[in-house]
Amino acid sequence: MLTKRIIPCLDVKGGRVVKGVSFVNLRDAGDPVEIAKAYDEQGADELTFLDITASHEERGIILDVVRRTAEQVFMPLTVGGGIKVIDDIRNLLLAGADKVSINTTAVHDPEFIKAASLRFGSQCIVVAIDAKRVVAHDPDFKPPLTWADDPQYQSLFLINSELKTRNSKLQWEVYTHGGRKPMGIDAVAWAKKMEEYGAGEILLTSMNQDGQKTGYDLELTRAVAEAVTIPVIASGGVGNLEHIYEGFVKGKADAALAASIFHFKEYTIKQAKEYLKERGVPVRL
Amino acid sequence: MIAIIDYGMGNLRSVQKGFERMGHEAVVTGDAKTILSASKVVLPGVGAFPDCMRNLREYGLVDVVQASINSGKPFLGICLGLQLLFTESEEFGISKGLDIIKGRVVRFKGPAFENRQSPIDNLKVPHMGWNSISIKRRAPALQDVPDHSNFYFVHSFHVVPEDKSVIATTTNYGFDFVSSIWKDNIFAAQFHPEKSQALGLSILKRFGEQKG
Repeated sequence: MLTKRIIPCLDVKGGRVVKGVSFVNLRDAGDPVEIAKAYDEQGADELTFLDITASHEERGIILDVVRRTAEQVFMPLTVGGGIKVIDDIRNLLLAGADKVSINTTAVHDPEFIKAASLRFGSQCIVVAIDAKRVVAHDPDFKPPLTWADDPQYQSLFLINSELKTRNSKLQWEVYTHGGRKPMGIDAVAWAKKMEEYGAGEILLTSMNQDGQKTGYDLELTRAVAEAVTIPVIASGGVGNLEHIYEGFVKGKADAALAASIFHFKEYTIKQAKEYLKERGVPVRL
Repeated sequence: MIAIIDYGMGNLRSVQKGFERMGHEAVVTGDAKTILSASKVVLPGVGAFPDCMRNLREYGLVDVVQASINSGKPFLGICLGLQLLFTESEEFGISKGLDIIKGRVVRFKGPAFENRQSPIDNLKVPHMGWNSISIKRRAPALQDVPDHSNFYFVHSFHVVPEDKSVIATTTNYGFDFVSSIWKDNIFAAQFHPEKSQALGLSILKRFGEQKG
């Protein structure tokens, strides 16, 4: 039976893990490679690096981190952040990444996902979606996208759907640039579009829940998980092990991504898996 | 020396590093002479079946793979490297494979993959993540692997050999599919040993120890 995956996520900036990780026995708690090794030993199912380095000139640094990690750790590694061109993907895969996660570039140029999945295979193209609950609509809002007038994308826009009913039905809007820019795009429709374009997996982050430690946005997770036939990784909001359990059972996620609860040793990966196993969720122990 | 065939598909570095970690020298190469002179040969690969076959042809490596297998030296296929050995695949229409193992490569389908609202589970494609193997015949490379161990999978298609006696392991995903085959000097797995932590590395270690 396929097990549910637990995926720790590390934010990396300039080759160093930011926000810190408080494991004991680490020679260098800021070194992504050291932390990757620790998670490997704890039995994490995959690992995700999110490169939040601002400048494109510093991309060589993340490649070096990936290279050094791939020499030490024999588990699937996803790298996201700042991917703009096909060569960015190629370089990451050559360095030893198994998957790449793409967010802003997918929204600006959906065809990029098509090209990337044709070139490298869907299995290594993860589309990251940052979604926020729609609270009110702005009638003057114009989608800030070059392809916004293309009829094939019209169905994606919240602005073009029934504005009157927009607030009566729970909806989520896609954000880019690390959650700063609203795109006017419906997150569930966007996930389906990305599947159609060849994405192999969706990494779904709730902007409302991220950092709140009150659990995933289960309705969002479930809405996307039921809308697509590719795996969905739930992200944003985990504060305890019950939240992970709910993400799988109520949110119907295929994998759970979490950062701080593992980084600060509130729980180990093994504890999380034992908790899930006791409650009937298939996990790899 | 182990030759890992480079035909422009996938993350070959992990396979090489995995062998090195287990103390086996391995090179990533697309050079026919190097591959033919190696003591063992690995055919990895991720991506789409037709692209992989096209690249193998363009790199002039179809005959090299065939010759390596005919020579009787240990041969390891990983993921697409398993699928390519088969007669044909239904990925993007019908594509011809190497036809070394008779059979087809087909997509996961059936009721378990269609019932999205199922309260129990809705099976996603690709089959991605850790799943267990059930050992039918213990190939030499599986020597240290306990039955029902978990390995890392990522694929949308699976192999269906005509001759069921080549099956080494099966895995359940909606039904039991063939997750590895063992025939003479060939061991080929749908899962990724190089991504499956210690047990995966044990497969690379035992493969590297085999005598041609």
